[in-house]
Formats: sequence, structure tokens, C-alpha cells
Amino acid sequence: MTDVANAIVLLLNFVIVPGVAYGSQLALGALGVTLIFGILRFANFAHGDVMAFGTMVVLLTTWWFQGMGVGIAPLPTALIALPFGIVGAAAFNLAADRVVFRFYRRRKSPPVILLIASVGVMFALQGIVRFIIGPDDRRLADGARFIIKASEFKAATGLKEGLAIKLSQGLTLGVAAIAVAALFWFLHRTRAGKAMRAYSDNEDLALLSGVSPDRVVFYAWLIAGTLAAVAGTMYGIDKSYKPFTYFQLLLPIFASAILGGIGHPIGAVAGGFIVALSETAVTYAYKKFLRYLVPESWEPSGLMQLLSTDYKLAISFVILVVVLLVRPTGIFRGRVLS
Amino acid sequence: MKAGLHTPRLHAPRLRTPLLFVGMAVLLIAVGVGQSWVVSLSILNLCLISAIMALGLNMQWGYAGLLNVGVMGFAALGGLAGVLISQSPVTEAWSAGGAGLGIALAVVVAAALLIVLLRRLVRRKALRTAGTAIIVVAGFFVARIFFDPAVDEIERIDSSTTGYLGGAGLPIILSWAVGGLLAAGAAWLIGKVALGLRSDYFAIATLGIAEIVITVIKNEDWLGRGVKNVTGLDRPVPYEIELQQSPWFLDLVHWLGADPITGSSIFVKLCYAVLFVLVLIAIVWLAERALNSPWGRMMRAIRDNEDAAAAMGKDVTRRHMQIFVLGAAVMGIAGAMLTTLDGQFTPGSYQPLRFTFLVWVMVIVGGSGNNWGAVFGGFLVWFVWVEAEPAGFWLMDAITAGLPEDNPLRAHLLDSAAYMRLIVMGLILLVVMRFSPRGIIPERRGR
Repeated sequence: MTDVANAIVLLLNFVIVPGVAYGSQLALGALGVTLIFGILRFANFAHGDVMAFGTMVVLLTTWWFQGMGVGIAPLPTALIALPFGIVGAAAFNLAADRVVFRFYRRRKSPPVILLIASVGVMFALQGIVRFIIGPDDRRLADGARFIIKASEFKAATGLKEGLAIKLSQGLTLGVAAIAVAALFWFLHRTRAGKAMRAYSDNEDLALLSGVSPDRVVFYAWLIAGTLAAVAGTMYGIDKSYKPFTYFQLLLPIFASAILGGIGHPIGAVAGGFIVALSETAVTYAYKKFLRYLVPESWEPSGLMQLLSTDYKLAISFVILVVVLLVRPTGIFRGRVLS
Repeated sequence: MKAGLHTPRLHAPRLRTPLLFVGMAVLLIAVGVGQSWVVSLSILNLCLISAIMALGLNMQWGYAGLLNVGVMGFAALGGLAGVLISQSPVTEAWSAGGAGLGIALAVVVAAALLIVLLRRLVRRKALRTAGTAIIVVAGFFVARIFFDPAVDEIERIDSSTTGYLGGAGLPIILSWAVGGLLAAGAAWLIGKVALGLRSDYFAIATLGIAEIVITVIKNEDWLGRGVKNVTGLDRPVPYEIELQQSPWFLDLVHWLGADPITGSSIFVKLCYAVLFVLVLIAIVWLAERALNSPWGRMMRAIRDNEDAAAAMGKDVTRRHMQIFVLGAAVMGIAGAMLTTLDGQFTPGSYQPLRFTFLVWVMVIVGGSGNNWGAVFGGFLVWFVWVEAEPAGFWLMDAITAGLPEDNPLRAHLLDSAAYMRLIVMGLILLVVMRFSPRGIIPERRGR
């Protein structure tokens, strides 16, 4: 019996817990992408870098707070700096819309043009972020490290395998839950949110009913910026902050949004968790796990790893391609916000 | 993928295109005089390669409206061809792991054939999906049984210098053609999967597939040494050191009154430039012929209105496949040329910003749908990309000239000047899209 418990703890520690934390970060990112797609109908290639921009503001504010000796130990200081990042990212999105996207929107340009314009924004934003803070890897987390330490867990349960839950992982899940709940409350309970859903579902009908397109678009950019800053900061606290990593995150984020059904908020959340968990599950070496479960003579000789961890990024795309082929609308039949 | 960037209007003034190229030449000469001729020629060589890459993307996006965001993958496959053609084969590795790899490959091919057969024979959709999944999973594990030990054997042999299968030991110039073929083959496979997706999904799918291609090249050390890189590739032109020792070259340099070391470096770069110009001329000539033929008109018709073209009996999917494969081949050629010029293959250097998005800026800024526009875009954008760094440094130096040497703001601004190129590139793209949406040399219409 203890063998089974050990095996489960092993899996929890190395696959489920990190997967869930990463999944919440992807879900927050995918929500932003999906929201812009639902309202403006284009895939925003600049979203990863908006995350990097928001997180940069958080990092700069964190340094400022740390310099003044302000903190909320044991929680990371970045948490109280987060509102500044949200304001920064949302302001950037709104400015980008005003300077770049509004022009094409008013001309009713095809979505492809907006997509290419977002590549231009992406270039400029990557330059801005690196110009201000540089391309280096930086630590965003301070305060306590763990909620549960592996050694404490072992002592408490008497198992051979330890379960460690980092504070950043718990925080990520908590913050993501609050953000998602707030978003759904907004979309379903407020006038502006309902207008957004109506606009996404049927633009002409919504306009006919007196929904103001500029307001809807304003809220879409505002919320996408907010989610980007939250997602970026949580990722930064959990791992570290490096602008290039955030650009690379764009790939699994797109995969999550499409997997769940693009334009579909619940889908984006589900997609985020599926992508993250499959990334960790497929690249985990199951040798030790199996050793607990099978008789000694069956013990596998190899690592029992499906793919090496280097292929992490590739997995989300294999999933993506398979989904696009088998069920192009995604799990939740996307394209509209509902 | 309709209208938008491709809204037709009148001809561009006839003199505009030649004048733009003359301007470009003046810029390169200015760099030669102001900085150095070695720098100017290095920029020129990469301008030529960029122009070819942009031509490839222009075929896909400009002629046919395919939103390919996977240029990097095709360029990298072309680059890989440079290694696979020119390096000498590692016979020990072949004898150690060749058989295992062969069996693994046979298993994969057999699995693929089985899937095709299954999908031909079985009608029920649920059965087909389940069968395909089972064959894929089974094939994966069976192939791994042979693949893993073979790869271990290969990578163990002299891992500090080889540790891979090596290449065919042929002249590297052949790799330009082979690189094109390799990229075309990959494009065919990718097209089978991804063409027919909506344009933005196609974009994201190609972006991801390019990332997968790079990941595979980086991690499969038996193939091209992965991130351990292959350096010292064969050259189609003489080595500087040989030139510096050959009497005819020393005479030539002496006659010109130049320094033999700089002279040899310039001579080598000129040789590359001549080769690249020949390739560029050939591709432009073919591309212009194709674009101005009935085939070119058909492609544009499909791009501008897929439904109408389909109603006229044009097979849209097949034509898309054709142009996707052709464009990818051109990108592969450019990728192989780049590896040849560098003399090394470094998978770590393939980044989407440099190899995919920058090429996009070239095509959009130059003028999508116009071959000369793509060529000009390749030249101009590469030139700006390289020269923005010294220009940014100079600008920051000028702005902060009033501050003392050790001022932290001044130091930070000077350190960050290199990133000016990203901002400049984004601004160029956005400004051209806004104020000259069809690019600097727009597509010609009304033929």
C-alpha cells in the first residue's frame, strides 16, 4: 500500500503540482489571447511581449519597494507591485490600439492585416522592454519559498517520497482562480461584459442593439492587458523573468487558446491546463514511478521517458496540430465568447 | 486572406524601381567608404541571402496569400543540408548505428503506409481515428526500441569531434539544391497537414512546426551534432590564407596597391557575392516568368477570391500546395547559402525573430506580390537591421554627450543601444503598413 502512496506522491510532486501551476499561467495568457480574438478577430502576436512588459513594470516597482524596505513577507513583494504592472500593460494595450489597431479597425481591414500589424507591435515592444530592462534572466520572487517542504511532508506521512509545494505555485493557482472568477463575473453579470459577449457572438446584431463598439474594444484591450500582467508576473514569480522566455510562451498560449476553442474563455482555461499537464507528463521519466508499482523483476531498464524535456515546447504544438486536424473548433466549439 | 494588402491600383512610376536600387547601392558604397569595405561586403552578402528568402516568402504570401510564419524552419532545413552534403561521412558511426536507424526508419515508413492504407479502406470515422491513434502509438514505441540504442552508439563515437553520422562528403555548393529539395519535401508534408486551415490557424500552425523543426535539429545530435554545432564547413571559394600565399594574388594586390590581408578578405567576400548574385538572378528571372504567366494570374485570382477561382474550376488546395512547396524550396536554398557563407551550422542561432518575422518585414515593406519589391525589401531591411546598431549607439552617445562618462543613465543607454534595431524594425513595419500599405515597390496590376 505504501508503494502505491509513494508512487502517487511522486507523480504529484513532479507532474501534477508543477503542471497545475504552469497550467494556470498558460490559462491566464490564453484568456487574454482568446478575448482579443473574440472581439477583434485576430491572433495577437504581441501578447507574449505585453506579458513581458507588464512583468517588467512589476519588477521595477518591486525593486523600488524593496529599496524603500516595503514588503509583505512571507509573500513576495511582487504581489503588491502587481497593480502597477496591470496599469502598465493595460495602458500599453490601449495606446497600441489607439496608435496602430484602431486605424485598421475603422477601415474594416481583414483580420490578417491586424495580425501583421501585431507583429510590428511585437518587434517594437521587444525593443522597448530590452531597452529598459535588458535581456537578462532576473529573479522576481522573494519571501518564503515553500508552503510544504519535502522533508516536512516525509516526516508527517512517513513516506519515502516527499511532496514539496512552492509558495509561488500555491499563489499562482490562487491568483489565477480569483482572476478567472472575476472575469466570468464581469462577462456574465455586468452590462459591459454582456455587451462584450453579444458583440463577440454577433457584431451586427449587437451594434443594432446599441452596443458601443469602441467601449467593447476598450474593455477587451483593458482586460487582455490586465490578464497579461497577472500571467506574466505569476510566471516570473514561479520561475524567473527573462523577456525572451515570454515571447516563447506565446506558442503554448496559442496552443491552449485554440485547443479549448478560440474565443471561448472556459476553453482557454481548460486548454491551458491540458497543454501544461501534457507537457510535464510526456517529458517525465517514469522509471522511479514504475519501480513502486511493478515487481522487481519487471523493473524497466530505461528512463521510461516518452520524450526528452528538450521537446517540451514541441509537445504543445503536436497537440495543437492534432486538434486542428481532428476538431478545428477546439474542445468547446470556439469563436464566440459565451 | 482577401483584399487588404492586395488592393490594386495604378502602375508605379517606371523609374522608381531602378532608382531605389541605385539608392541602395549608394548606401552600401557609403558604408564601404565610411566604415570599411569588408563590412559593406558582409552586409551585401547577407542582403543577397535575405532577398532570396524574401522572394520565397513573397511567393507564398504575395502571390498566393498563404500566411506562412514558419520561414525559420525551412531556412534551418536548408542549413542542415549544408552539413549533410559537405561533411565527410563518419564510417564508424554508420557501422555502429546505421542498421538500427535504418530499421527504425523502416518502422516509421511502415506505420505511415499502414495509416494511409487504413484510411483508404475503413469508412467508419470512429474506427479510422482509433486505428490511426493505435498505429501511431505502436509505431512510436517499436521504432524507439531500435532507434534509442542506435543513437546512443552513434553519439558515443568521438563525441567531442563527431558523434554524428556525418555527411556525404560532396562539394557544399550542391547543398544549395539539396537544401531546397529538403525544405520542399518538408513543406509538402506540412502542407498536407496544415493547408486548408483558416489563415490565422495556418499562421500559428506553421509557427509551431518551425519551432518543432528547430527543436529536432537541436536535440538529435546523431543528425547534425545538435547544439554542439558543426564548424569548419567546406567552402566553394578560396581561403584567405591560401590567397595570401599565392603569387598571382599578391601581384594583383600589389598592382592595386592594397594590403594583402584586407585584400584577401574582400576578394573572398566578392567571390561569395558573385555566386549569390547568380542564384538571385536565376530565381528572380524564374519568379518573374512565373508571375507574368497564366499560372501567375491564376495564383493571384485564387488569392483575391478563392471562391470565384474555385468556381472557375481551379483546384485551390493543389495550387496552394504547389506554391507553398516552391516558396519553401527557395527559403531552403537561402538557408543553405547562409550556412555556406557562415562556414558553420549552429542550430542555436535560429530564432523566429531573425528568421521568420524579419523576413516578413522585408516582404511587407518591400511590397508583397512584387518580386522586385521583395528583393528590395530584403536589401533595405537587412541593411537597416545591421546598421541600426551603430546608428543607435551614435544617437545615444549624442543624446547623452552632456553627461559625464560614468553617469549610470548614460552607461545604461549606451548598453541598450543595440536594441534600437528592434524598435526601428517595428516602426518601419507599422509606418509602411499605415502609409504605404502595398509596400515601397507595389504590386503591378492591369496586365
